[in-house]
Amino acid sequence: MSVFGPVVKIHPVVLASISDSYERRNEGASRVIGTLLGTIDKHSIEVTNCFSVPHNESEDEVAVDMEFAKNMYELHKRVSPTEVIIGWYATGFDITEHSVLIHEYYSREASNPIHLTVDTALQSGKMNIRAYVSAQMGVPGKTVGVMFTPLTVKYIYYDTERIGVDLLQRTRLAPSRTKGLTSDLSQVAGSAARVQDMLTTVLSYIDDVLSGKVTADNSVGRFLMDLVNKVPTISAEDFENMLNSNINDLLMVTYLANLTQAQIALNEKLVLL
Amino acid sequence: NISRKLTPVVLKIIKHYQEEGQGSEVVQGVLLGLVVDDRLEITNCFPFPQHTEDDADFDEVQYQMEMMRSLRHVNIDHLHVGWYQSTYYGSFVSRALLDSQFSYQHAIEESVVLIYDPIKTAQGSLSLKAYRLTPKLMEICKEKDFTPEGLKKANIGFEHMFEEVPIVIKNSHLINVLMWELEDKSTVADKHELLNLSSSNHLEKSLQLLMDRVDDMSQDIVKYNTYSRNLSKQQQQKHQYLQRRQQENAQRQSRGEPPLPEEDINKMFKPPQPPPRMDTLLIAGQINNYCQNVKEFTSQNLGKLFMAEALQGHN
Repeated sequence: MSVFGPVVKIHPVVLASISDSYERRNEGASRVIGTLLGTIDKHSIEVTNCFSVPHNESEDEVAVDMEFAKNMYELHKRVSPTEVIIGWYATGFDITEHSVLIHEYYSREASNPIHLTVDTALQSGKMNIRAYVSAQMGVPGKTVGVMFTPLTVKYIYYDTERIGVDLLQRTRLAPSRTKGLTSDLSQVAGSAARVQDMLTTVLSYIDDVLSGKVTADNSVGRFLMDLVNKVPTISAEDFENMLNSNINDLLMVTYLANLTQAQIALNEKLVLL
Repeated sequence: NISRKLTPVVLKIIKHYQEEGQGSEVVQGVLLGLVVDDRLEITNCFPFPQHTEDDADFDEVQYQMEMMRSLRHVNIDHLHVGWYQSTYYGSFVSRALLDSQFSYQHAIEESVVLIYDPIKTAQGSLSLKAYRLTPKLMEICKEKDFTPEGLKKANIGFEHMFEEVPIVIKNSHLINVLMWELEDKSTVADKHELLNLSSSNHLEKSLQLLMDRVDDMSQDIVKYNTYSRNLSKQQQQKHQYLQRRQQENAQRQSRGEPPLPEEDINKMFKPPQPPPRMDTLLIAGQINNYCQNVKEFTSQNLGKLFMAEALQGHN
């Protein structure tokens, strides 16, 4: 599907907020709309924040509380002055005529706003997330219509966000959908287990190729070569030296920390005598 | 007593720090939610702007009121249940935090302060901790009695200042679907920071902060020592003066002269001010926190190093 126009990069925080506000919608409202905030680049639009806006929708008309939207935008601007209104979102799969009207509202706030749909009703079995930009269509001189052209959507994370999302991913495997925050060595163990899993997958692929079950793919082969070459070759002696010095450092720090803790505990007891 | 958080809150906090908190400034915000049975559920949050203008106080209150009103329109729980703050290498035990948390807890019993450590998170694991003041500490703060005697009465050590509340993250079904979708579409995390072997940078900074705190602590101890020395010297002087008085009086009586009038010795020997012990407590608590963090970090790193050794041994 060829698309033109900027790429839309979404942060997961936006999607989480949208799902959350969908779950809190008023009785009788079939969908939720809200404003998208972010930054515009030359070739891409980055969506970093959003807030929902109350609106009423019936068969013939739609009313959006623009005053509220403006207020919220002002408040948000105080915290992050670099964010601007770049468009709006709606839950639900289709684009209705009301969307056109709402889109016009938003055209007054931002130049060329984008429209994001999040399919919370899971109509096609998945949660489809799409972005559109409006384009004029029709014969010049006669009535002009509006067409929504789709854009590519990518997900982009900050590093810390990625790690947060990783933790959240693990909650979906727990039956009660809850997860405590682990700490200490169990984290290292978990991380090592994941790397081990990945290695097993790679190894099974290689076995398959060797036994002829799967045809070899050159690009994958090149990646594997890179991987193997990345392991540095260090002589056993050097490695042991480095290891020992590192371990010494860490042990010393642990000793100091324990000493300090004992010291302040003593001080405490002495003062309270 | 457990506190539960929903996914959007976690992501919002992370994002807020990322955008605003470059440098060593802390970023703060408010937590919203409700109390259910013995659990505290945190369902939403919003950030505070930085204090840069002079009329920061006025802006803050108004900002908060407007935010809460607006959020009520979209059915988001608007009950305050606490606040969050970011921290730099674990240094958050300060007077300001204590005061804020005290005022929150005074108003709402269950409130917590959520401490988010971005540096630890960048190293591979989400570091979010929830703290609450112990009832003993609440008592002391209420009375504002920070003298050594007051603290001795309450028998508070630096370990009893904060109690940690375990955090559980809960996702709704819709968010679960979202997670699956994200997993599908996004690239595999190519940052396995947690298995990173280099540690000296982090250790250095932690130790630096620890040393600063220990310096503060030693200064404080010196102050306290001088105070107690002054106090005992003064006691001695008082004693001596009284004795001399008595002797003189005895002599005068023996000579038949009227005794000297009793003077108010308290006015003459004003007792020195006892130094407030709250700061010491805070510093001790902070040092304790640093030590804990450092120990956790070193234990993780030792594990990693041993793993690396085992792997290398196979070659």
